[in-house]
Amino acid sequence: MENAPDSGSNAIEVLSLTRRFGTLVAVDHLNFSCASGATFGLLGPNGAGKSTLIKMLTTLLPPSEGTAKIAGFDLVQHPEAVRRKIGYVSQMLSADGDLTGYENLLISAKLYGIPRAERARRIAQAFEFMDLAHVSGKRVRQYSGGMIRRLEIAQSMLHRPSVLFMDEPSVGLDPSAKRSVWERIRELRREFGTTILMTTHDMEEADHLCDRVAVMHNGVLAAMDTPAGLKAQVGAEATLDDVFIHFTGATISEGGDLRDVARTRSTTQRLG
Amino acid sequence: MSLAHEAPLSGWAEPFPGANYLRQTLAVAESDIRKLIHDPVELFTRMVQPVLWLLIFGQVFNRARAIPTGGISYLDFIAPGILAQSVLFGAIFYGISLIWERDLGIVQKFLVSPAPRSTLVLGRAISSTARSLCQMVFVYLVALLLHVQLRFGILQLAGVVAAVMLGSAIFSTFSLIVACLVKSRERFMGIGQVLTMPLFFASNAIYPLSLMPGWLRAISQVNPLSYQVDALRTLMIVGGSSAFGIGKDFLMLLAAFAVVMAVATKLYPSIVT
Repeated sequence: MENAPDSGSNAIEVLSLTRRFGTLVAVDHLNFSCASGATFGLLGPNGAGKSTLIKMLTTLLPPSEGTAKIAGFDLVQHPEAVRRKIGYVSQMLSADGDLTGYENLLISAKLYGIPRAERARRIAQAFEFMDLAHVSGKRVRQYSGGMIRRLEIAQSMLHRPSVLFMDEPSVGLDPSAKRSVWERIRELRREFGTTILMTTHDMEEADHLCDRVAVMHNGVLAAMDTPAGLKAQVGAEATLDDVFIHFTGATISEGGDLRDVARTRSTTQRLG
Repeated sequence: MSLAHEAPLSGWAEPFPGANYLRQTLAVAESDIRKLIHDPVELFTRMVQPVLWLLIFGQVFNRARAIPTGGISYLDFIAPGILAQSVLFGAIFYGISLIWERDLGIVQKFLVSPAPRSTLVLGRAISSTARSLCQMVFVYLVALLLHVQLRFGILQLAGVVAAVMLGSAIFSTFSLIVACLVKSRERFMGIGQVLTMPLFFASNAIYPLSLMPGWLRAISQVNPLSYQVDALRTLMIVGGSSAFGIGKDFLMLLAAFAVVMAVATKLYPSIVT
């Protein structure tokens, strides 16, 4: 959607962004930026503050301090303008299982104020692009996990956002579904030049999709570089797994409170 | 396929002011109503309760003639009360769907869209009114079978529809407020149970204000349900009369809706934090 700003070379500029919950500082005076058109990966153990950060950047949670500029708009001053510019694919399976795929996209298109004629064209295109045209009339609860993810990505792109936020896009997917989701994400970048910020636990995913990767730990960024650069920092033969452990001092399966784990499990379960 | 040369959306001009607001509000309602059409079981299960009240409670007390009802039969007297009750019971648990959809991530998706917060609340109120109209049709059918003296003038019916919709909008939006405050399904169910009966009994639904002790009358005079019942009783029943005046009834209902709308719009985003 075109409603002014967006110029400048950084699609995301995080400025001293902070969120406290009582005495806990979940995100601690964070500063980083994300170049337009790049894919930025956020790694970190559960409880590192990734979800809190994404919630703030998508305007779901007001910051305690600091701000960020998304596609040229200040998050705190102009949350409505930011919302027009962003898309969001949550970690949960947020497509409505009780509606058909078509209905999911239709409601979204209307919420984003896409005019009727344009709506039909974009929805048809989205189904074709995501290879879901044959199931558009089926209720989403009958979709496979990979299909739901592709539908959600299509849904989040209907209004052609400048910046797309994805929270663990391939969590719980089997390897082939994962590949197909990755392929669509790369295609999206090519078609629309969308800037992507994603969180992930999947080092292969980060390696595959991200131009830059940051490791988040205890509310701050412990490291940030290209995947190759990060590996080089740790050692000659290092993998991203090694990078993760090096900067967070934790193995991937550790950490996270019960709620995080429960949510990931339930998402995984619903993916079948 | 290539989308690279997609024409820019030259000016998403509104055909009339507020068109976008209306479209967004209706989209929220449509989402819910489409689900109801896919799976209408809920509408049928809601029909059991008013039947029991009219068929059993109403019939028995009709014979007892224990309650002064101002010249109409007791069954005629409580039919509007039971309509209001079935609307209330349907609407008061509506907020749990917000908690449910929050847990699924659906609410978050609506909240990151540019739709104003008030459209998200108003849209839900509208879908609740759609449900309440189904209940209205059903209660009318049962009342007809029981020979309740119903009025069928166009104006009266329009008035009943308005009162039913307003009541449903008020209590479903109130339910959203409760959901935003308690945030979990378990607590919501607990509070819902606690709220429903007092709202019902502290109203003129099944006995007139004149029978109530002073303290109860005072409470029922700030209970929107009383004004809804009063309006329904005036418009729905042959020989029905208003205790408050029909103008005051609608004024109070509109005021109550304005209040819950404002509070719910303010609280709505907090459901995801």
